[in-house]
Amino acid sequence: MIAIIDYGMGNVFSVKNACEFLGEEAIVTRNPGEIARSDRLILPGVGAFGEAMENLRDLNLVTLLHEEVLQKKKPILGICLGMQLMASQSVEKGNHGGLGWVAAKVVRFPRSSFPFRVPHVGWNEISPRPNVPFFANLKKDRNVYFVHSYHLVPENNHEIAATCSYGIEFCASVWKENIFATQFHPEKSQNVGLSILESFLEWSPPSRKPGELASTGVEEIA
Amino acid sequence: MLKKRIIPMLLLKEGRMVKGKRFANFRDVGNPVTAARVYNSQKVDELIFLDIEPSTSSRESVKQIIRSVGEECFMPLTVGGGVRTLEDFHELLQLGADKVSLNTAAVKTPSLVREGARRFGDQCVVVSVDYKRDPSGKRKVVIESGKKTLDLDPLDHILRCVELGAGEILLTSIDHEGEMEGYDFPFLQQVASRVPVPVIASGGAGKLEHFEKALVECDCSAVGAGSIFHFTDQSPIKVRYYLTVQNLAVRVK
Repeated sequence: MIAIIDYGMGNVFSVKNACEFLGEEAIVTRNPGEIARSDRLILPGVGAFGEAMENLRDLNLVTLLHEEVLQKKKPILGICLGMQLMASQSVEKGNHGGLGWVAAKVVRFPRSSFPFRVPHVGWNEISPRPNVPFFANLKKDRNVYFVHSYHLVPENNHEIAATCSYGIEFCASVWKENIFATQFHPEKSQNVGLSILESFLEWSPPSRKPGELASTGVEEIA
Repeated sequence: MLKKRIIPMLLLKEGRMVKGKRFANFRDVGNPVTAARVYNSQKVDELIFLDIEPSTSSRESVKQIIRSVGEECFMPLTVGGGVRTLEDFHELLQLGADKVSLNTAAVKTPSLVREGARRFGDQCVVVSVDYKRDPSGKRKVVIESGKKTLDLDPLDHILRCVELGAGEILLTSIDHEGEMEGYDFPFLQQVASRVPVPVIASGGAGKLEHFEKALVECDCSAVGAGSIFHFTDQSPIKVRYYLTVQNLAVRVK
């Protein structure tokens, strides 16, 4: 079962509908028990970074999500703001700390310079990096739907799963162990998006070898 | 490369889809959910739903439409008409709208534009501006679905809304709406050259050339249309094909 984290920041039903359309059971929840029992997580989101983090904290979801994602290594998909929240920090309307799962900073697109109007709204083509399982089933069409003014700048180049070009080359997707995230909306990108979502729902991260330590950073957070 | 968008506009009245001319003489043109399904199968770039006669009962029917469309159409939706509070805004986003359009509210309670942008991000605040020319030829903002003309210059209003956080402008010329003789090109061009956010042209598309002109000469990011799809044999697929031949970046199936 998939738990779609409901923290009061939009668009949860589209994600649920898309999962169900693909034949997966999905619940929209903020209940710790249900989140812990689920097989995988989706962190959606539309809105402002600071308020989203505040909501996650107020609902006591931050520690729970750290456990699920960093210790249990549950597969998680972040969408749009959900992807940005995974970063270490954002400069959207002030300086805000994020969940810190991906070493990255969230910044605004450069002030509009024609023809690159901000927000970046519409269908744009992504360039997946080689060997990213979530994009393996894409055919020729790689246009997906974006609607955002901020984007992620990861510190580690190898964690970028796809890029997209809009005045600058920006990070359209990240992949780090059990964490996958997209700046675009797979649940709104018709067949291309559904293919990406389906690949995530079918994907299992390689299991950790017995005795292997959890990645660094867990201790700091715990 | 970011693609230019072709957006069917679905005007709603008590849960039915309607189309008129210059915001009057509305005709019933079918069931909006069925229409959305067809547009989805044609892989259109986005749909705009506008409730043109908002009331307590129509509000429920709009929500039901968005819910039904969201169950089977995995595509971008912009919804507006009668949005007056942050709660209305939030509810539509929850139901599956990606963007919410504010029209009368952007005039009467500009703080809603600012608060919507602050809380949900500027990317989901569309300010929809209807306007027409007064007898002296000056363009004036019109609110309440065409019922009330204000002594307000649409460009001033748009610039103010962008300042407040509007992330996109949906610009409709009432004088051109439903006439199918072309958009108000000079004004589209003027607005698009003055605002840093995307502009959606609306009101007047009747020929394929109209789309091209709005997108290329006026630099609009998207073209909205209703009549041409309801009343002619043109479809978004044909529009897309035509624009591709003209070397425009559009999404091809």
